[in-house]
Amino acid sequence: MNQAVIPKVLVTKIGFDGHDRGSRVVAAGLRDAGMEVIYTPPWQEIATVVKLALEEDVDVIGISSLATDHLIVPKLMDALREAGMSDVAVIVGGIVPDQDEAVLLQAGVARVFHPGSSMAEIAECVHDLTVAGRARRVAV
Amino acid sequence: MNKPIDSSLLSPADAYAQWQQDYAAGIGVDKSVRNRSGVPIQPIYTERDWNAAERGADLGLPGQAPYTRGIYATMHRGKTWSQRQLTGLGTPVEYNARLREVLANGANAISLLPCNSVFRGYDMDESHIELLGTCGTVINTTSHMDQALQGVDLAKISCAQNDPTPFTLLAFMLATARRRGTDWRAISGTSNQSDYLSHYVANHMFFRLALPGARRILTDHIDFCTRLLPKWNPMSVVGQHTQQAGATPAESMAFTLCTAIQNAKDCKARGLDPDQFLPRFTFFFDVSISFFEEIAKFRAARRIWARITREQLGAKDPRSWRFKFHAQTSGVDLTRQQPLNNISRVTVQAMAGILGGLQSLHTDAYDEALSCPSEFGARIAIATQNVLREEAHLTDVIDPLGGSYYVETLTDQMQGEIERVMKVIEDAGGMYAAVEAGLVQAMIGESARKFQHQVESGEQTVVGVNAYAMEEDSSARPINARPDRAGMQSLIDDFKTFKATRSQAPVQQALDALARAAGDVKDNVFARVVEAAEAGCTHGEICHTLRREMGFGHVQAVV
Repeated sequence: MNQAVIPKVLVTKIGFDGHDRGSRVVAAGLRDAGMEVIYTPPWQEIATVVKLALEEDVDVIGISSLATDHLIVPKLMDALREAGMSDVAVIVGGIVPDQDEAVLLQAGVARVFHPGSSMAEIAECVHDLTVAGRARRVAV
Repeated sequence: MNKPIDSSLLSPADAYAQWQQDYAAGIGVDKSVRNRSGVPIQPIYTERDWNAAERGADLGLPGQAPYTRGIYATMHRGKTWSQRQLTGLGTPVEYNARLREVLANGANAISLLPCNSVFRGYDMDESHIELLGTCGTVINTTSHMDQALQGVDLAKISCAQNDPTPFTLLAFMLATARRRGTDWRAISGTSNQSDYLSHYVANHMFFRLALPGARRILTDHIDFCTRLLPKWNPMSVVGQHTQQAGATPAESMAFTLCTAIQNAKDCKARGLDPDQFLPRFTFFFDVSISFFEEIAKFRAARRIWARITREQLGAKDPRSWRFKFHAQTSGVDLTRQQPLNNISRVTVQAMAGILGGLQSLHTDAYDEALSCPSEFGARIAIATQNVLREEAHLTDVIDPLGGSYYVETLTDQMQGEIERVMKVIEDAGGMYAAVEAGLVQAMIGESARKFQHQVESGEQTVVGVNAYAMEEDSSARPINARPDRAGMQSLIDDFKTFKATRSQAPVQQALDALARAAGDVKDNVFARVVEAAEAGCTHGEICHTLRREMGFGHVQAVV
């Protein structure tokens, strides 16, 4: 990883579920990896996530889903596109059945992390997405 | 110590010295072993660690204080345990079909898990349809409850409602019973997970009324049930949430006992008699795969609770001293990789709970780390219980591990660790104050991170994740059933029609009375919730009224 790049990442949950062990562990892990992490409690509205991502100018949004909340991630992707924020990468982590993973990737999600993923793997992905996203922004 | 039968054998002291020597020579570099709660574990335990002659009195016999060996004289040899599977999916009609299958397959008690929109305090017409019924059943009205429980005799089958503050599910059930002419006094079951504190710190699954309001309504609820529903357990104190969120088994038990003390003190402050409400307190725990540690956790907790209820809470009736608990096998231990391995994990977890003396058990489906459980997965989970109960001879002997040098020593050590954490909480002013201050949340987060490090460093093996990984055939993974979208849309349409066509005056009167009760400490909020359910109010209307009056709770983010 290029240590000069410090990704800015928003770790959050949308929908109705409140189980936040995953989002808290990942937020702390990315922080420990030297990244700038913005963490929110669960149940954020999609519009709130878009607004926060815009105001904080994040590189990556990480959505944690334990209980099917990822089913509304395609709505988040639409909202980001409408706000002209397609350069912000979205990753999803948690209990995501195979049948839903394909739908999420189709909707533009960069990657889905399942239980058993290591922090190093997640950090590397966030880093790479940041580098790619910033390169695209410069090109535009 | 007794003399050996064979006089040519070594004396006990020489035998021990010989073993020490042989062990040191054979083991090479001995690894330091600690259980999940941080208790150091020796390679062997003998009467040097636990001596029955000296310590037998701390155990008692089953059904006798301090209940180390079980809370009833007959334990599982008499009545095994309630097989209570958490069930909930889709519309009330879909839930009812699944419920009848679960009952036909041997379950003797039922539970209802509501949709997460219900946990959050919203009605279906203010929720994302994509999420409705995907993780629980949508219940917004008395009619929904009536449909969900069609064919279930409420006077005979024990129903656990996973019912967050303000207990609208129980209110809808009581209204259903009234419609059907069932006597409330015959209704049995539990307000499952009625513990607002564990929800607040660990999974945020209640509808986030601000803490003072949640505290008041719980006490109102216990008061109401104690007077009018003699067979109902209004208080389910939960350790499962905190352990699933990352607390160690000892921490989670300590938080739970401190929560029970907090709630009992709140009830006493209301003027309730401990011997009226304590017999209706139940507990709900996670049981992890750390087999002996879990058994010791439960044995130690029974002993601690028997002391606290007498010494701190002033209970005189032995029924108040008994630590009754339901256990659920730990979903966090299950893996997405090689998912069928989870069947063996659940078996070990369930055995720990059974040998720990549980009263009620939920076994997880093997596919929980992949999706909400499939019907196939749920069926295997039930079969696992049937095998353990009826094939494995686990229930022949009460507390079969009692008197084991290891289990008894570990029970003492777990008791010490639980009491150490309890002191931290009590020194912070008790559980309510410790939660308000964020202390409990910080402890849970720290333990969760520590465990993640242990898995990532390989210190804790997880088969299929950090060891024994292999190429997988994803066809073994079940397809997750989703509620029928058209059925859900028609339920929403019916719901809107119901709201538009019901008699509006009694609804408004009931909501006004509820709002007044929220501001009047002499009134009972839960009694007004029941009246609102009978008047045709919806779950969302009841929750919004209370949130408006008592304040919206926010999550305290502690990372």
